[in-house]
Amino acid sequence: MSKSVMATADTAARRDLGLACVLFVLLALPPFLADTYILRLGTTMLMYAVLALSWNFIGGMAGYPSFATAAFFGLGAYAGGVAQKFGISMWIAWGIAGLLALLFAAALGLALLRLRGHYFAIASLVVAEVLREVINSATDLTGGGMGLNLPLRTGQSVVQQADFFYWTMLGLAAVAMAATIAVQHGRLGFGLRCIQQNESAADMLGVNTTATKTSAFALSAVFTGIAGAIYASWVNYIEPPDVFDVLYSVKPIVMVLLGGAGSVFGPLIGAGVFLGLEEIVWRRFLEVHSGVLGLLIVLLVLFLPRGLAGIARRRSRGSVS
Amino acid sequence: MNPLLELRGVSRRFGGLTAVSNVTLTVRPGEIVGLIGPNGAGKTTLVNVMTGVHPATAGSVLFNGRDVTRLAPWQAARAGIGRTFQIVQPFPELTVVENVAAAALFAGGAASIREARALAVEHLEFVGLGELAQRSASALTLAMRKRLELAKGLAMRPRLLLLDEVNAGLNSSEINQALELIQAVAARGVTILIIEHLMKVVTTLCSRVVVLHHGELIAEGTPLTVMRDPKVVQAYLGKRYAENTAGAVHD
Repeated sequence: MSKSVMATADTAARRDLGLACVLFVLLALPPFLADTYILRLGTTMLMYAVLALSWNFIGGMAGYPSFATAAFFGLGAYAGGVAQKFGISMWIAWGIAGLLALLFAAALGLALLRLRGHYFAIASLVVAEVLREVINSATDLTGGGMGLNLPLRTGQSVVQQADFFYWTMLGLAAVAMAATIAVQHGRLGFGLRCIQQNESAADMLGVNTTATKTSAFALSAVFTGIAGAIYASWVNYIEPPDVFDVLYSVKPIVMVLLGGAGSVFGPLIGAGVFLGLEEIVWRRFLEVHSGVLGLLIVLLVLFLPRGLAGIARRRSRGSVS
Repeated sequence: MNPLLELRGVSRRFGGLTAVSNVTLTVRPGEIVGLIGPNGAGKTTLVNVMTGVHPATAGSVLFNGRDVTRLAPWQAARAGIGRTFQIVQPFPELTVVENVAAAALFAGGAASIREARALAVEHLEFVGLGELAQRSASALTLAMRKRLELAKGLAMRPRLLLLDEVNAGLNSSEINQALELIQAVAARGVTILIIEHLMKVVTTLCSRVVVLHHGELIAEGTPLTVMRDPKVVQAYLGKRYAENTAGAVHD
């Protein structure tokens, strides 16, 4: 009895890890096969995957509907950009961006995570707006509304650059995926699931809810911040309305809901499907695409509360029992 | 013997309402103490004061000689004060064994999830839910959820277990099983404070009973002496009844 109970937990972790390895080996193929258009799409998809995996820590696992993704993304982009403006090398600038986003989220989390539900969502939504205004007015440092130019990467062909940014986003997505698996099957993820189900009961069972939620928030910020910094280097020019765009907060939520909140592969599936929708459907609804986005969210919540991964899970559970 | 739990002049106010007023109480190691009183007497509030959910607004709570008045609930849980809920609070989408493992991992000092699960299985077999370990907690009946609460309480590896109406809503055969279970828990050396309305449970289990009324402690003693206490009779049945039957109350 006890053996089978424990075996299921261990094999689940091993299965997830194996599946993730296969998936990322497949994702490493496009640079050898595809043209730069596909690579640009792929890099965007991997960036979306990073944002979705990040949001999943706080939104999916802990059940806190965070709209702060754009704040961390923009903060990372500007931290990376400003650091490079002062001559710091690109890789270190990316690291600084991640660290800054992490510290910012930890401090922010201690204050914001006291709020629950809608109140938390609204408060987190404001953060990006505040940061956008701060960056707008710090003209000397950030260029303000004029935007910020990043150093061009010299000595590389267009194809080499496309390959390079695909690889770096892939690497970041792989790290975010590994962190997701580690958290999901570890003590932190267990605590987060308890909080998501019933926070006061978790508190009374010995879960340090403040520390647990803050860790999830900080984890969601660090990868988002690095993604922002890589994005800034990739597009060479950033401005506040671009990197603090509220869509950076909304899209990851749609992706995770689409794929399956709180699951390991849901965010990745969601990012892929979402990018497909964006490329194929979006262009045909240029005028009303935010309306289509809203409709999609409503339909998701109504008919697919557990996302695409939830369908698969329900199938497999049904076949067992 | 040093008391395990000591309340010194504990009060808890919610705005203008005093839910618990100046309660002084000790529980010694190994005791099973009953906490009774009419609806709204402040029993659950008192448990919430002990576990840090609603910290005392006056007075202090000592557990094992240590001041725990200001601890957060999760700290009280790790310090060795376990509790069950009157309204059962499982994590509905986790399995039964995961529910108990959470308690073992976060409060019971289990070193890893693997160890927590192993301990959880033992606790589930102890309360008779071993067969249902892999079920989702939301699939359990009320009687089973009450047992699940008990298993969670045990998995916290408490020195003191606060049982808040674990028998409410159970039928009489379920109550008999629950009684045996609680006695088995006590036999493991866990001190128990039990909130209970059913006098059968109180008289069977408790060596000592304290009575709360309007937030104040009005009587304390063995179950029989407490039930004959005119103040207690008055609290439950009204002043006129108490006067009419003064001295003639039988159990």
